[in-house]
Amino acid sequence: MKADPNDLVRYTAEERVNHWVVGMTFILLALSGLAFFHPAFYPLTQLFGGGVWARILHPFLGVLMAITFTAMYFRFHKLNAITPVDKEWLRRVGEMVDGDDHNMPESGKYNGGQKLLFWLLVACMVLLTLSGLIIWRAYFSDLFAIAIVRFGSVVHAAAAAFMIALIMVHVYAAIWTRGTIRAMLYGTVSRAWAKQHHPAWYKEQTRGVK
Amino acid sequence: MTNHWVDIKNADLILIMGGNAAEAHPCGFKWVTEAKAHRNAKLIVVDPRFTRSAAVADYYAPIRAGSDIAFLGGLINYLLSNDKIHHEYVKNYTDFSFLVKDEYKFENGIYSGYDAEKRKYDKSTWGYQIGKDGFVVTDPTLKNPRCVYQLMKAHYSRYTPEMVSDICGTPKDAFLKICEMIAETSKADKTMTIMYALGWTQHSQGSQMIRTGAMVQLLLGNIGVAGGGMNALRGHSNIQGLTDLGLLSNLLPGYMTLPGDAEQDYKTYIERRAFKPLRPGQMSYWQNYGKFFVSNMKAWYGDAATKENNWCYDWLPKLDKGYDILQVFENMNNGQVNGYVCQGFNPLASAPCKVKISGSLAKLKYLVIIDPLTTETSEFWQNHGEYNDVDPSKIQTEVFRLPSTCFAEEDGSLVSSSRVLQWHWKATEPPAEAKADPEIIAGIFFKLKEMYKKDSGAFPDPILNLNWKHRQPNAPSPEELAKEFSGKALKDVIDPKDKTKVLVKAGEQLNGFAELRDDGSTSCGCWIFAGSWSEKGNLMARRDNSDPFGLGQTLNWAYAWPANRRILYNRASCDLTGKPYDPKRKVIAWDAAASKWTGSDIPDIKADSPPEEGINPFIMNPEGVARFFAIDKMAEGPFPEHYEPMESPIANNPMHPDNPLARYNPAARVFKGDWETFGKADKFPYVATTYRLTEHFHFWTKHSKVNAIMQPEQFVEIGEDLAKQKGIKAGDHVRVRSNRGFIIAAAVVTKRLKTLTVSGKPVHTVGIPIHWGFMGLAKNGYITNTLTPFVGDANTQTPEFKAFLVDVEKV
Amino acid sequence: MALQSLDIIARSATTTPSPQVRETMKVAKLIDISKCIGCKACQVACMEWNDVRDEIGTNVGVYDNPADLSADSWTVMRYSEVEVEQGKLEWLIRKDGCMHCADPGCLKACPAPGAIVQYSNGIVDFHQENCIGCGYCITGCPFDIPRISKKDSKAYKCTLCSDRVAVGLEPACVKTCPTGAIVFGSKEDMIHHAEGRITDLKSRGYANAGLYDPQGVGGTHVMYVLQHADKPELFSGLPKNPSISAMVGLWKGITKPLTSFALGMLAVGTLFHYVMKGPNEVSKDIEKEFENES
Repeated sequence: MKADPNDLVRYTAEERVNHWVVGMTFILLALSGLAFFHPAFYPLTQLFGGGVWARILHPFLGVLMAITFTAMYFRFHKLNAITPVDKEWLRRVGEMVDGDDHNMPESGKYNGGQKLLFWLLVACMVLLTLSGLIIWRAYFSDLFAIAIVRFGSVVHAAAAAFMIALIMVHVYAAIWTRGTIRAMLYGTVSRAWAKQHHPAWYKEQTRGVK
Repeated sequence: MTNHWVDIKNADLILIMGGNAAEAHPCGFKWVTEAKAHRNAKLIVVDPRFTRSAAVADYYAPIRAGSDIAFLGGLINYLLSNDKIHHEYVKNYTDFSFLVKDEYKFENGIYSGYDAEKRKYDKSTWGYQIGKDGFVVTDPTLKNPRCVYQLMKAHYSRYTPEMVSDICGTPKDAFLKICEMIAETSKADKTMTIMYALGWTQHSQGSQMIRTGAMVQLLLGNIGVAGGGMNALRGHSNIQGLTDLGLLSNLLPGYMTLPGDAEQDYKTYIERRAFKPLRPGQMSYWQNYGKFFVSNMKAWYGDAATKENNWCYDWLPKLDKGYDILQVFENMNNGQVNGYVCQGFNPLASAPCKVKISGSLAKLKYLVIIDPLTTETSEFWQNHGEYNDVDPSKIQTEVFRLPSTCFAEEDGSLVSSSRVLQWHWKATEPPAEAKADPEIIAGIFFKLKEMYKKDSGAFPDPILNLNWKHRQPNAPSPEELAKEFSGKALKDVIDPKDKTKVLVKAGEQLNGFAELRDDGSTSCGCWIFAGSWSEKGNLMARRDNSDPFGLGQTLNWAYAWPANRRILYNRASCDLTGKPYDPKRKVIAWDAAASKWTGSDIPDIKADSPPEEGINPFIMNPEGVARFFAIDKMAEGPFPEHYEPMESPIANNPMHPDNPLARYNPAARVFKGDWETFGKADKFPYVATTYRLTEHFHFWTKHSKVNAIMQPEQFVEIGEDLAKQKGIKAGDHVRVRSNRGFIIAAAVVTKRLKTLTVSGKPVHTVGIPIHWGFMGLAKNGYITNTLTPFVGDANTQTPEFKAFLVDVEKV
Repeated sequence: MALQSLDIIARSATTTPSPQVRETMKVAKLIDISKCIGCKACQVACMEWNDVRDEIGTNVGVYDNPADLSADSWTVMRYSEVEVEQGKLEWLIRKDGCMHCADPGCLKACPAPGAIVQYSNGIVDFHQENCIGCGYCITGCPFDIPRISKKDSKAYKCTLCSDRVAVGLEPACVKTCPTGAIVFGSKEDMIHHAEGRITDLKSRGYANAGLYDPQGVGGTHVMYVLQHADKPELFSGLPKNPSISAMVGLWKGITKPLTSFALGMLAVGTLFHYVMKGPNEVSKDIEKEFENES
């Protein structure tokens, strides 16, 4: 699909591929992980060819996600540095949720909520990766004291649940904010969208163009 | 065993010394736990190591390997000086009152009659004073200084607790505590059993260690009673059967002995063995020797054995000396042996001083191995790297390997330590070309016979006339052999009391050795087994474990020799009037109404002889009583005396510090050239002792995967003190050297081997399990007998595997 | 007493009740350490009955061999040399293996439905056909017992010979024990038997002899008679007050359904948010602005 020449480029192709690899591995990890999280979700293992395959695949998917997530981290971490504007944005997040963005401070490429999400995801990812290695019985668990494995199990489950919640917010936010998803699909957003949701970024992108 | 395995449950106190029953006899050890559970019995373990037996003992004391006579001598001294003996018992049933020849002497560790040059005793002074009536002179008051009691008391008075502690390294308080516990069993209603095994036999003075233990038991009145006895725990499931059948080089079946050089004449031979009673009215059961012997020769030679040819007596070899394993390998080493048949024997691993054994085998022209397994001996010529570093091109011995069956692949009987002959049935067919031993031997026999027939030879008669009436001559069946050992009537056997009565008809199996005759009318391949397969059938196959008296005698379970008797000398469990000393553990008693001895066991006495007749319990002895004073039966003296092992960590024998002749066993045989192979404490400062582990059975089970998993790799045990000195940690590999070679093994560093103080200096013990070799599934290891000295007990020539010297270093 | 589905009273990763109608007699194996001679016959019997063979290992400086439990060694003897009283050496030999807890940590931790079951007689058994090999049972076990096989990545441990017990036989180790150090019967009888043993041990100077039937895991169906019940850790590290770790409780307890519920609520919440607040669209003003431009 050919992009509207007036649209703004929000994500390059590499960024989009990176995001979707992370996204897909996350979904697979979440589905297989939930299967071990509570018996109610155990049937999800059927999506992976049964319980044993789910157990085998989950940690390898985790490694893949950890690597691609790390790449994404290096792509975006500078853009996610929290500024005083972001803090102000976060203070007013209630208004935003309520559907009134009139008084929200002007956010850049990412608003305070997105940045907070980013850092929370980074924290979850670090915890999940470390604890995941510790509880990976086939290769690593025997190297750790049983108490550490137990602690790792708790951390892994808690971090995973939290991360799922974060991603649910992330996905909903993308759906709720119309015109967002195409940014990750085609890489572009409309100028109107940019001006509405990320005015500072819009200004930065359009400076000298007008 | 004088008693039997199950009887251990009747004991109040169990002494395990010179053995490690929990380790080597775990199934039999069950009865120790039964005694503890149901009689509140106590268990004492005395051992150089804190063993698996010690792990469940009520009291443990360490002892230096090879010093047991000092310990037991001290115990005898304690019992005598504290008057903790069973007075009535020793007075009536032992030689306490017997007077000893005036010429008998014991001076500075040496008995009268010693020839230092030959290292042998002239034993003529070691005897009783014989009266004009031909009987031993006695002094029932026990006052005469020449009576056995007085001599013994004087002899052992030297074994003070301080001396015991100095020699054995056992703390004095531990020694006295054990004395106290043991002394309790001098009461008529308390018994102790002694369980021992190779920890007593495998010493240069092993037989005397066992004798000392037996003397303790006699003093306490613990022989012949339920829960008592001297109980030898045999190492192989059928080693009891081996000795019973006379497979030792100087024996005939049933503990009859081969004639010596001086006994060329049949009459002399019998007269020297058919002992006449030495006290009035005694049974002296060996008087029947002729009956046993003739019946044996009839079994061997059948019709060829006649009264006229003295039952083929001339065909028997006449020994110039013993041909024990050490002597045979000495001869082999000297090039005097051409061929050697190794049947179920692995001497490269089992005999001492591997380098000598290996060198001896290399001097043979041929070696025949009959074994179910590929033994190390059968591969002695093959280079197996560091474990058997030989050059096959230099060894010309031709080796034939004849695969045989193992116990599970054949029917037959095993004789347990309890003297119980128990029949067993084949569980599976043997693999590949393996054949049962009788079939292999039959093959060799027929080939030899054919050759003798064809080519004659120096001495064909015993081969050509051997009785071989088997339904399948090429494969004699176990049933036929068992019946032959049990014996049958060749002619009608007549009751001597009533000549009209036929006891056993010609052709029928005998009921027992009482029916044996010396006129050629009976045949019996092993007199003590007589009756095990009677006309009632195969009594060894019986499996009725009913126990009406609750003492575990189970007379209908299999068959015990002799005469299905479960406790030997059981007449001694009753007083002179025939009443049991302990009515709660009645073995037998005189039943006046029935006019016979009855009880839970077969009486070990003439069944219808009332107590007043005065037949004493020790019916195999011409004295009728038990001997503290061994007369001329032992090589090194009538009373056991402590001598140091041939390799000792201390400079002299603390009992006789000034007499170098009395340092080691003065009568131990050492071959020329072997003195030099003995190590000295300056270069080899540590006491080593070899032993078995419960996970393995000799050198067999390393061929079995399950056992190999349980204990895969050779190790030695080292005490924490020594390990610290030498910088050895658990799991390190160490080299253990003796003057004869070295082994390398993993180190188990343990608290269970304590440093002992002997003669004022610290002595460390190194424990060396034996089971590894270079064949089988377990990890290859060194033959432990690389280390051991080529010397044996002065009486039995059992090698001194339990006490020798080594050095240890980390590799 | 056949062990069939009817006798399974608890099942891993299963939230609904298992059959409760039939209650069989609670069984127990009692290991009397004071009678144990460490002969390893139980290890051999276990290998033979269950037809498993471990590797031929090495000597690591102790009698223990195999040196640890494994998928092929479901029981091992552990030897420890201790001096509880100064100068009085004791060689404490403990047969280690599954304790068959009444409240089994392995079963609690297992995510695979039916991979771990508990029979109404008390035996905790692994059903390898349902095992996914995650090793959570190891994480859940207070005694460090289950092992994952290198061959098939399934978890293994002592079954208390549930196959033998099912047909009225004692476990293989019990059958073979030469000294009667291992006995088997109803839990009630075993406790009674232990009382007799403890009285005997006390009379022999073991003032602190006692039964090891830790209540922290609801009691066990494998119990020990200890010479020093006050110091179980002397016996090669037998835990003093074992219970399912608080971590495992947190990991596998009520938190999980609550979290699952919370996540569900979050999803529902977003839906209602959308329904109630509508989409976050570009404002009409800005839209017009750009429409005019183009």
